Amino acid sequence: MRSILPILTVLCAILVIWYGAAMKLNAAWTYDQAARAGTDPTFVDVINDTMAQERPVLPPPHQVAKGLWEGLTAQAITSKRSLVWHGWVTLSATLLGFAVGAGLGTALAIGIVHNRAMDLSVMPWAIASQTVPILAIAPMVIVVLASLGITGIVPKAIISAYLSFFPVLVGMVKGLRSPDGMQLDLLRTYNASTAATLWKLRLPSSMPYLFASLKVAIAASLVGTIVGELPAGATAGLGARLLSGSYYGQTVQIWSALFAAAGLAAALVVIVTLVERLVLRRMGVAR
Amino acid sequence: MKDTLHIAEPVIEAKGVDLVFQTGDGPVHALKDVTLTINRGDFVSFIGPSGCGKTTFLRAIAGLETPTGGQLSVNGLSPDAARQARAYGYVFQAAGLYPWRTIAGNIKLPLEIMGFSRADQDARVERVLKLVDLEGFGKKFPWQLSGGMQQRASIARALAFDADILLMDEPFGALDEIVRDRLNEELLRLWAATDKTIGFVTHSIPEAVYLSTKIVVMSPRPGRITDVIESTLPRNRPLDIRDTPEFIAIAHRVREGLRAGHHDEI
Repeated sequence: MRSILPILTVLCAILVIWYGAAMKLNAAWTYDQAARAGTDPTFVDVINDTMAQERPVLPPPHQVAKGLWEGLTAQAITSKRSLVWHGWVTLSATLLGFAVGAGLGTALAIGIVHNRAMDLSVMPWAIASQTVPILAIAPMVIVVLASLGITGIVPKAIISAYLSFFPVLVGMVKGLRSPDGMQLDLLRTYNASTAATLWKLRLPSSMPYLFASLKVAIAASLVGTIVGELPAGATAGLGARLLSGSYYGQTVQIWSALFAAAGLAAALVVIVTLVERLVLRRMGVAR
Repeated sequence: MKDTLHIAEPVIEAKGVDLVFQTGDGPVHALKDVTLTINRGDFVSFIGPSGCGKTTFLRAIAGLETPTGGQLSVNGLSPDAARQARAYGYVFQAAGLYPWRTIAGNIKLPLEIMGFSRADQDARVERVLKLVDLEGFGKKFPWQLSGGMQQRASIARALAFDADILLMDEPFGALDEIVRDRLNEELLRLWAATDKTIGFVTHSIPEAVYLSTKIVVMSPRPGRITDVIESTLPRNRPLDIRDTPEFIAIAHRVREGLRAGHHDEI
């Protein structure tokens, strides 16, 4: 409970700065409107107006909170106006992409650890793949796959996997190589096969590394999915909400979608952390 | 008397074994012209300062290093073939138990790899736990045990698949004197009970003399054998045998051998 105080302090500071910035940034619009109407608003009028504009430059926290709450609860969750529905669209692609990415990263890591040719050839390409801006690749993937008749969840999941395989690859290469010489020698004295060494030593040893990279990977998956939703015609998903919000100047909608995405990411990381704790405890590693 | 039943039957034979490591600073002569015969039921200690090649020789016997010259055979096979035939159990300086497995699970590790049946695995775990005096600890995790108990568990793991040869690389080197004494005593009891051939690396003179039927004194640069001492002590050895003149005489000869090897170098 002692840790709650610093967290609240930081939260308060953020809210204060946010409100201050909202007043400052939104005031220009208020003065413009007043000048056009030929009125001379008092300071209090200006403050009140900056807190309740329909399309503020920066919506103050309570407007975002209201937008988020209404997005989540004001309609059936199957409605296209519901953030729950959009969130689910994004989540399903994220989970698929995460599963593919984590599987691919692990498979490549196993290949790299066991095969010298893969060790020399795969890693540079994997690193190069992450230096290309995802924003440049996403539309191409969407367009190319759409021309092949593949639309919906799969193209987004591919972009998501493209971002999430990398941390898993790096973490698992490190993890699979973490057993020391003595551990490997011990298995050699048993004349253990490569597969037995992988299953009984390398994979269990790599679990802490795996979970550390899964936490990064699941957040990257979500980012990848949202980026994949931007060029998809903006019909469904949190990315689509962000895009349509910016088309129509619905800043409250943008910020609501943003917070929904952040909340989703946090929830996913928490789930991975809980699974990690459970697995490591069952393995007897965590005490 | 059990002693008289032992007919010299060579298990490990080395003839002029050379082993040169190629390093960045040029070749390192880890073993030079090592010739030695270890018979069935022998307890052979390798003693010498660091860099004398005692561990390297043990690893060569285990097929973990490959000699660059000479002949080395284990059970009449090449060390590598003997390794593939699972001819020996190896105990390292660190217990190296898997933290994610219980003690019983750790002992089962070689049994699983070697394809023993499940029922057989359980029976063997029970038996070797009893042998190293760890009955009832099978369900514990390694971190719940002291260092000495962990090392005993690692010995149990090496015994579980009934190899005739036990190779031990400074197994008690990281333990304190009192624990070490107890484990030495237990090791002798275990050796008597199982009739294994044991190769044991140490740099403690009392440990080597107390345990061994044969003490191999080695010296460094290049790693070589300077003396081989056949112990005259009986096989049955209480701890206080270490105060007898016979024990002290052997220990003296080991010390002389170590000193002689050291002088060569200067």
